[in-house]
Amino acid sequence: MADAMKIRAQLQGDMADVKVLMFHPMETGLRKDPVSGDVIPLHFIQRVVATHNGKTVMDAQWSQAVSKNPFVNFHIRGAKAGDKVAVSWEDNKGEKASIETTLN
Amino acid sequence: MSTKTQPALNISSRRTFLRTLVLGSAYVAAFAAGCLRPIQLLAAEWNKAAFDAKVLAEALKNVGATSATESDQILLKAPEIAENGAIVPVEITSRIPGTQSIYIIADKNPQPLVAIFDITAGMEPFISTRIKMGESSKVRVLVKAAGKFYVATQEVKVTIGGCGG
Repeated sequence: MADAMKIRAQLQGDMADVKVLMFHPMETGLRKDPVSGDVIPLHFIQRVVATHNGKTVMDAQWSQAVSKNPFVNFHIRGAKAGDKVAVSWEDNKGEKASIETTLN
Repeated sequence: MSTKTQPALNISSRRTFLRTLVLGSAYVAAFAAGCLRPIQLLAAEWNKAAFDAKVLAEALKNVGATSATESDQILLKAPEIAENGAIVPVEITSRIPGTQSIYIIADKNPQPLVAIFDITAGMEPFISTRIKMGESSKVRVLVKAAGKFYVATQEVKVTIGGCGG
């Protein structure tokens, strides 16, 4: 799922400023299809994990109330050029995606 | 004589058999428990009880935060007026030493708990994201540090709700 995510990480001294965009509908289960009138089932990212050189630095649990196409920005300490930063997500239907970038 | 020893032998072999069975199933259980753990590689399970909670008090109880100290060491940036409840930017910085978790809650959402971010010492206690709000309410940020909860809130006025529609 190459198009499921975007990541940008910038080194600021020894801190990495990481911005991630995930392409996901984040359906609340409250919305109705405008044509059929059927309720669109709950479909949302439940888990987001960020790693720094393979070590988990952030483990997030989400509800359906995170906005559609979720955006998250976080800062990793003790980062240097060449370090790898990866982010992965899993939704309530078991769909997954991940992305990795190298700091420079 | 044979009628005397025969039952004795039977009993003892049955005991051995039962003991083996009990020990065996204990090993199987231990093995299963030990084996299942690495599969659930992520630290905690998705906190269904807390996320499903329909009222604030219940959500707070389910994350273990029935009491939280107000803190000006939590910097919460959110708009005073959000034109669109579907995209409300929220930025949190915690200056509380040893921040382990950051919780985002929208008090009056159908399910108030929005997100939990567990962070390690390898992260700055900073999170910026975008959330949905069904109606005007307080945005509540809880910070867990050294097992204690701290809280900061901000009122956000929502012009158009972002949960249904």
